[in-house]
Amino acid sequence: MTLTRPLEAMGRVVMHGLEQAGEILLLLVQTVLWLMRPPWRMRLVFKQMEFVGIKSLNVTILTGVFTGGVFALQTYHGFALFGAESLVGSTVALALARELGPVLTSLMVTGRAGSAMAAELGTMRVTEQIDALYVMAVNPVQYLVLPRVVASVIMLPLLTIVADYVGILGGYVVGVHLLGINAGIFVAKIIEYVDPEDIMQGLIKAAIFGLILSLVGCFKGFYAYGGAEGVGKATTEAVVLASVTILAADYILTALMF
Amino acid sequence: MTSPAAIIELREVHKSFGTQKVLDGLSLKVPRGQTTVIIGRSGGGKSVILKHMIGLIKPDQGQVLVDGQDIRPLDDREINELRKRFGMLFQDAALFDSMTVFENVAFPLREHSRFNEKKIREVVEEKLGLVGLTGHGEKMPSQLSGGMRKRAGLARAIALEPEIILFDEPTTGLDPLMTDAINRLIQNTQEKLGITAVVISHDLQGAYQVAHQIAMLYQGRIIAAGSPQEIRDSDDAVVQQFIHGRAEGPIEVL
Repeated sequence: MTLTRPLEAMGRVVMHGLEQAGEILLLLVQTVLWLMRPPWRMRLVFKQMEFVGIKSLNVTILTGVFTGGVFALQTYHGFALFGAESLVGSTVALALARELGPVLTSLMVTGRAGSAMAAELGTMRVTEQIDALYVMAVNPVQYLVLPRVVASVIMLPLLTIVADYVGILGGYVVGVHLLGINAGIFVAKIIEYVDPEDIMQGLIKAAIFGLILSLVGCFKGFYAYGGAEGVGKATTEAVVLASVTILAADYILTALMF
Repeated sequence: MTSPAAIIELREVHKSFGTQKVLDGLSLKVPRGQTTVIIGRSGGGKSVILKHMIGLIKPDQGQVLVDGQDIRPLDDREINELRKRFGMLFQDAALFDSMTVFENVAFPLREHSRFNEKKIREVVEEKLGLVGLTGHGEKMPSQLSGGMRKRAGLARAIALEPEIILFDEPTTGLDPLMTDAINRLIQNTQEKLGITAVVISHDLQGAYQVAHQIAMLYQGRIIAAGSPQEIRDSDDAVVQQFIHGRAEGPIEVL
């Protein structure tokens, strides 16, 4: 008996994880089905695009600039050992386009907007506002979840473009102005080594991360229970689950694409 | 169309949440065009009854009939059509807190009526007037007192002039004057619009005041139903204990 107990506990964790993955997929299916059925609530989508996108600009820019800067600083010290300083620019740009741009942007937006989605929908759930939508013959998946998911899938790639750009700018300032790399070489190597495809793949990743963070945020909020404490729990779980899923998905996508 | 006297009927409804049995073979008829008040203890499953009537919760066993039609097999579209005939006032009003009071009341109109903006404004002002909230339309729900929130919720519930309105504890947590005001409001709305009202309450004064029929829920069943007079004269010990508010008797209070 006692020997099997750890196995039982493990089994329970796995079962719970699978169950939850199934429920999230179900929410995705519902969202996609509603996407094909009018009315399309453009006003709500635009409102979410503003919230997820425009209002995440500041944090995206700050993250991008510092990431690009510190990355230039780190690679410079390594590359200087074998005289490859000229490659700092292209290394920074490649890393940003393929990995750091989409991943860090998505993690920041998860913290900012994914958590807010869980909290907002969670509050609506525990105060019966979601029931009120049902009662007024409005489907809450269509009214609440769909605009958030669509807005996130559209805005994350756009934010990633900004992050890539200001990241390279940060790398440029550190590399050229602080470390004295030749400006022409810095830029020329970026153009030589970074393909548009690298950037495109980063943007595809960003769109998928947008889907993950909005879907998880909405899911946790939608099924929140237990008053204020429940909403807090849902919010925390949304951020943790979305972040971990983004990192895991990043590995899988990278393995598939490159 | 035949119209049975009972607009809503619950037949032998069973419902459990986890291991907890909430409704245990409950049967209830709600007469058309009248007010039915369901009384019973807090946490006894009164809200669950309302949520069955509007299809928010499906019975484990038994039937919920609206106009003689079982609502369980209805698909999304059909249940939405059905819900348009209902209005519901939630316990804490469930106003959308991202919208003004005006927008809350306008919400069902924007969703389900073909009214233009001018007509919507007219209807919203009229409904706000009915519940005594003229001039409060631009406030956010968080700026309202409990009584005002309930009245705003009522305005939203009657915006589309539904045939049936469900009230989930409309007077709980209000001061005696506001309680009376809300009870009058329910009575007036019901009489003026000729609707069917189902009210959940443990406010007995209010129940006597507004009800045509009172039904008492106890241990997952309706143990007594009848006019206020019949309930008051009931010789059932459980009913007597409840309406006189005594801690001793067949109902175990603690």
